[in-house]
Amino acid sequence: MSQVKLNARNITTDEFFYGHKACGGCGESLALRLALKILGEDAYLSLPAGCMSAVSFIYPNMAFKNNAIITPFAATAAVATGIEAGLRAKYLSGKRDKAPLSVAFAGDGGTADIGIQALSGAIDRGEKFIYICTDNEAYMNTGIQKSGLTPFGAATTTTPSGKVIRGTLTEKKNMFEIVAAHGISYAATASMGYLEDFMNKVQKAKDAPGPAYIHVFAPCPTGWGHESDETIDVAKEVVDTGLWYLAEFENGQFKLNKSFEQFAPITPYLKRQSRFKHLLEEDVAAIEAARDLKWETLRTWK
Amino acid sequence: MKDFKMVPVPKLARLSDMPMGSSCLSFHITEGNAGWRVFRPVIHLDKCVGCHRCYLVCPDGAIHKEADGTFVVDYNFCKGCGVCAYECKPKAITMEKEDQYV
Amino acid sequence: MSNHQTTFLNGNEAIAYGAKLCRPEVIAAYPITPQTKAVEKLSQFVQDGELDTVYMHVESEHSALSACIGASAVGARTFTATSSQGLLYMLECLPYAAGARLPIVMMNANRAVATPWNIYGDQMDAFYALNSGWIQIFVESGQEALDMVIQSYKIAEDPRVMAPVMLNIDGFVMTHTYESVQLPNQDLVDGFLPSFNPVAHMMQDDQPMSMCISAGNHHNQEFKVRQHLDLEASMAVIESVGQEFADAFGRSYGGVLESYRAEDAEIILITLGSVTGTARCVVDQLRDSGKRVGLVKLRVIRPFPTAQLASAVKGARVVGVFEKDLSFGYEGSLYTNVNSALMQQGVFIKSINFVGGLGGRDVSQADLFEVFEKLENADATLAAGAVHYTQMRCEP
Repeated sequence: MSQVKLNARNITTDEFFYGHKACGGCGESLALRLALKILGEDAYLSLPAGCMSAVSFIYPNMAFKNNAIITPFAATAAVATGIEAGLRAKYLSGKRDKAPLSVAFAGDGGTADIGIQALSGAIDRGEKFIYICTDNEAYMNTGIQKSGLTPFGAATTTTPSGKVIRGTLTEKKNMFEIVAAHGISYAATASMGYLEDFMNKVQKAKDAPGPAYIHVFAPCPTGWGHESDETIDVAKEVVDTGLWYLAEFENGQFKLNKSFEQFAPITPYLKRQSRFKHLLEEDVAAIEAARDLKWETLRTWK
Repeated sequence: MKDFKMVPVPKLARLSDMPMGSSCLSFHITEGNAGWRVFRPVIHLDKCVGCHRCYLVCPDGAIHKEADGTFVVDYNFCKGCGVCAYECKPKAITMEKEDQYV
Repeated sequence: MSNHQTTFLNGNEAIAYGAKLCRPEVIAAYPITPQTKAVEKLSQFVQDGELDTVYMHVESEHSALSACIGASAVGARTFTATSSQGLLYMLECLPYAAGARLPIVMMNANRAVATPWNIYGDQMDAFYALNSGWIQIFVESGQEALDMVIQSYKIAEDPRVMAPVMLNIDGFVMTHTYESVQLPNQDLVDGFLPSFNPVAHMMQDDQPMSMCISAGNHHNQEFKVRQHLDLEASMAVIESVGQEFADAFGRSYGGVLESYRAEDAEIILITLGSVTGTARCVVDQLRDSGKRVGLVKLRVIRPFPTAQLASAVKGARVVGVFEKDLSFGYEGSLYTNVNSALMQQGVFIKSINFVGGLGGRDVSQADLFEVFEKLENADATLAAGAVHYTQMRCEP
């Protein structure tokens, strides 16, 4: 276990994800870049079809330094645990001298929608692997369609702000608690607004004895309609408004990492993103009410 | 500055030059991203306090930490998103029109 | 044979013993009738400490093959098994594994495809995967099934081939039928099939690779054409592995196809899988009565043995293709493949398509006598091109 808290000064200056074709200011690509600095070059990476694979595996330009594979969309966790099994078999038979480190990176659709079955199966099997969900709240690679993690109110290309229906009507699926309900070794939420917190959670995931899951909020300037330089700030503001939260699940217990006496106002957070521009006051009030209800539970986590 | 050497695009004169399967060497970087930029970040070292923030937040890893503790932008790969300048508290990074550097 | 042990196994068990002898490092499988006894047997080997493998209890067939893709991509020898709906559920992953050039071996217990639901054997499932880039082998007996598991790994892992293999075995008729099977000693198999390690295009510690990459319109076609040419060329490897196996184990199945009493035959029936055994008996009886009939058993349909097939049937007056498969709105897919091969090779003989045995309907000797009788009178009574259905309960 590493005792020293990780920060910008003590992480490696090596880069493991370089020359990728993600949009400028992409939150997901920063999540991968920083996670890989913690995970190191021994990590074998599995990524489904999606932005992060589309921007980094286009022959002949390969952006990952590590061993990496694009998986069938639904199969991220199955491929990642297959890699773990293969490497473990080699390790146990003495053909390889290192224990396996298998890491999956998938977006919100790849995790909460099409990949949830394989993820559930993989966590259930208890094999040690790390799954990092980079959540930008819609299918961005295909052009900003609604996913199971698109929040209430957000306009996407399949839930546009119409004359009758204003954006997405459903709430965000609660992947963190779904994953925790498996009795997973380690799970956490994180945000690109709190980078040190994220990096230290990646380290905890690496140290966990069994499967580990991190759900990181990662803004998409292209899909959300905010300026490309505001990515970190948007991801910080969502936490400060209480619309996202930083928490962990360890030893069967939930723990809230950051609590608030008073939240930052949610309207500025919403209105700086074009996906929320159409919301009426009543919609904002509904978002606020849902937040308050959620925090009644979160505050019991301590 | 770290040198992320770009490799040439492989010559494929005949089918046997194609890779076996849909595989390629990792970190096989054949092209930069400089052409994406409209604005470029310029670091003013006189204002820099060495907080590492720009280096940490760059989604492209294009701000490198030098041995002497200073920071430098790899303009071959910087896309000009501006996150570094936005996040720089002492305002030591300015975004400047790219065309003046052409 | 001192290097073999005589056992009494059903087809599922024969496959399981075959797989065990190949020392797979990872097995990932999901149960489906009629394949279940194979994965149960393998699980038993693992739980009893007889097989040292990482057994993954995956939650679906899609994950079964995906897990095998992950394990194979790091150079681990992998095995999986499926059938019918399971094969179709994992279908996305088949071309995926083939494009990545991963030497996975998979048993497919041939079973009818829903709807209507049916758990019994026909071969329609395999034909959905015909274009997937997998080598497709069909076997006729438990012994052949066991032997072909061993050969499948040898073929798949050959550096010239590097392609996954689907080993087809008829559901119930073979998976659940017990036969006397010669079980080779472990040493004999170890001598034939060395252990496997990651090769250049796979992920490995000292040379990190990016796998299952994208290739746009500048390169995609070249990737695909190379894969196709390599799969065509695997034909020679399949034949040489068969020869090598015969030398080491003393059993031969005749290469990519087997001609049975076909050399001077004027009527030849082409078969796939277990129905071949019944057809042999029918051919023998017809020969005894002086009819010049023969049989060609296709053992491999991808790559398709175009030249070998043409050469095997070129002396005949008429050929019949019997298959437990139907491409709705057209004809049996095997028939399409056979006709194309003969045409391409300049062998212009009348061919008739017989489709039967669907949904596990038993194909008896009487049914095949009728097929041969129709073939004998082909010129008079049967139009080429039309599909003929055997054993119908009512007029088509």
